[in-house]
Amino acid sequence: MLNIKDLHVKLEEEEKQILKGVNLEVGAGQVHAIMGPNGSGKSTLSYVLSGRGGYEVTSGTAHLGDVDLLDIEPEERAAAGLFLAFQYPVEIPGVGNMTFLRTAVNAQRKARGEDEMSAAEFLKVVRAKAKTLKIDADMLKRPVNVGFSGGEKKRNEILQMAMLEPKMCILDETDSGLDVDAMKLVSEGVNALRDEGRSFLVITHYQRLLDHIKPDVVHIMADGRIVKTGGPELAIEVENNGYADILAEVA
Amino acid sequence: MAAVAETTSALDARLAGLTMPVGGWSDAARKDALMRVQAAGLPVRRDEYWKYTRPDTLTQAVAVPAALFHNAEGALFDDVDRLKIVFVDGIFDAGASDDLTLSGVTIERLATANADIHWARDLYGVLEARGQNPVARPLATLNTAFASDGVLIHVTGSASKPINLIYLHKSETSDVMLHNVIKLDAGANLTVLETGPAAARFNKVIEVDIADGAAFHHIRAQGRDHERRAVTHIFARLGTESTFKSFTLTANGVMTRNECVIELTGDDAKATVGGACVGDGDFHHDDTVFVTHDAVNCESRQVFKKVLRNGATGVFQGKILVKVGAQKTDGYQISQSLLLDEDSQFLAKPELEIYADDVICSHGSTSGAIDETALFYLRSRGVPAAVATDLLTLSFLAEAVEEIEDEDLREDINALLQSWLERRRS
Repeated sequence: MLNIKDLHVKLEEEEKQILKGVNLEVGAGQVHAIMGPNGSGKSTLSYVLSGRGGYEVTSGTAHLGDVDLLDIEPEERAAAGLFLAFQYPVEIPGVGNMTFLRTAVNAQRKARGEDEMSAAEFLKVVRAKAKTLKIDADMLKRPVNVGFSGGEKKRNEILQMAMLEPKMCILDETDSGLDVDAMKLVSEGVNALRDEGRSFLVITHYQRLLDHIKPDVVHIMADGRIVKTGGPELAIEVENNGYADILAEVA
Repeated sequence: MAAVAETTSALDARLAGLTMPVGGWSDAARKDALMRVQAAGLPVRRDEYWKYTRPDTLTQAVAVPAALFHNAEGALFDDVDRLKIVFVDGIFDAGASDDLTLSGVTIERLATANADIHWARDLYGVLEARGQNPVARPLATLNTAFASDGVLIHVTGSASKPINLIYLHKSETSDVMLHNVIKLDAGANLTVLETGPAAARFNKVIEVDIADGAAFHHIRAQGRDHERRAVTHIFARLGTESTFKSFTLTANGVMTRNECVIELTGDDAKATVGGACVGDGDFHHDDTVFVTHDAVNCESRQVFKKVLRNGATGVFQGKILVKVGAQKTDGYQISQSLLLDEDSQFLAKPELEIYADDVICSHGSTSGAIDETALFYLRSRGVPAAVATDLLTLSFLAEAVEEIEDEDLREDINALLQSWLERRRS
């Protein structure tokens, strides 16, 4: 599904190498987690894959299926099935959440040569999905993320994911700023989307989220590389001992 | 002396081409206005009040011709139940207009209201003259003297539907002055819509007197011809617990100066004036606002947003004057521009002048580009860059547009903005 080979990335504006040869393969239907200390390059990886400006790929490749991600615009990556749930979802005053969602869904459908969803059909689908995420009609009507609590913003990210039905979902520290109940709700939303045709890359600092969203594979990232890969037990090791032991071991 | 001579000859040249309508109740006000404009002269570039906007094409003897554009922009407010009053290049079009009858309202035309004693006599040129201090506004005075037509609206109750003044532009050389007087009795309310480019050069004045507890809503869309020029003035006087709300959308137009002079004279009154303008290329738009608080516990809001690209220029001069004794004033002013490229510019002069000690006044002015983070957020959801930019542009304008209370009218304005943006997608 997602295939990253020897990815090197630096900041566009300065001579600072962030990713120093990332190799990662996420199979269809799998959930991979990436953990790692602050500044290890986890968020950068998610931004580079989704096409945010400010980074320069100096070498390496990233493919989603047979689509060369690094060669196309962010909206084209989205239409190809990539989705990034933001750590800090952006507030957009004056644009209704519903308008935003419908614009996004139909833009992707159009890009894939599919028919656009009618207003009535869209409304029906979005209401059903919002309900399971406990997103009420008011939140759908309000401007995108404006005045939303931290938990509401993250639920709104998952609603977008549910509506867009991507193949590859990247969750960038989706657990940050969430209380226990909100984390459970968000995780249930994610788990409901787990499917043999859909893969997840979960970036997190804490093992706690992985109690709810059970990963198949856990990677440890440090200094721009994946330094260790293992099963769910690796996350528990990090939780108990911190990164120091693992980093010392691979150094 | 040379400067004075130059000013005088420019005024003489302008006046030479004008004929003062004669007859009836407005004569005295017109003659008085002529004397006042002769004393004041027309605005010139070195006037502080015209520092950011060149007045020459608005004051010169002959208007610069303006080509007519017939693009796909639909007629505005078509689905709104309204009373239509149509002027074509300043000439009343009876055939295209509705009957001038509306429950709770009397409507007459300035050009035909010939009674010797008329209610409008107490207002025509009166609010305009009051608005000359402390800053002269000679183009409004010129209008009082020479306006060829306009409407006189007296609202005694609750108007059953909005009045839409439609100003069509069909002659490339039209040079038009219209003057509207609106009087709302205590507790009355009225919505006035104004649409259309009006003329190659349009000088328009509205004087509106809002008695205690009355409410006046004004929504205008200036457009749509690229080469048209306009100078407009609104003079509003607010009584106790009255409401004034005015919103202006300006799309296109090579030169526009909109002045709004508001006087809060009764306690607990509330005035809001706002605008959204979108300019592309050879476009100069100036919002000049002067709000005077002269009563207790009044609120005023100025909310102006401008989207500028390809070298367009936006100007905002906004003042809040709080007079002695105008305690508990709540004054708010924001002017912001979204510059879509580095060639465009926004010039802002916010001013506060406060002589009371128990007031809240705030002002802010910003210029910025499209928020890259928000743009990426939208694109990461599959929204193409051009569509995302439009959405963020509408988002930027929203704070001003949302000042329009009526949802249908607000949606019409938004639809117009959206189609303007869509036509310009790069």
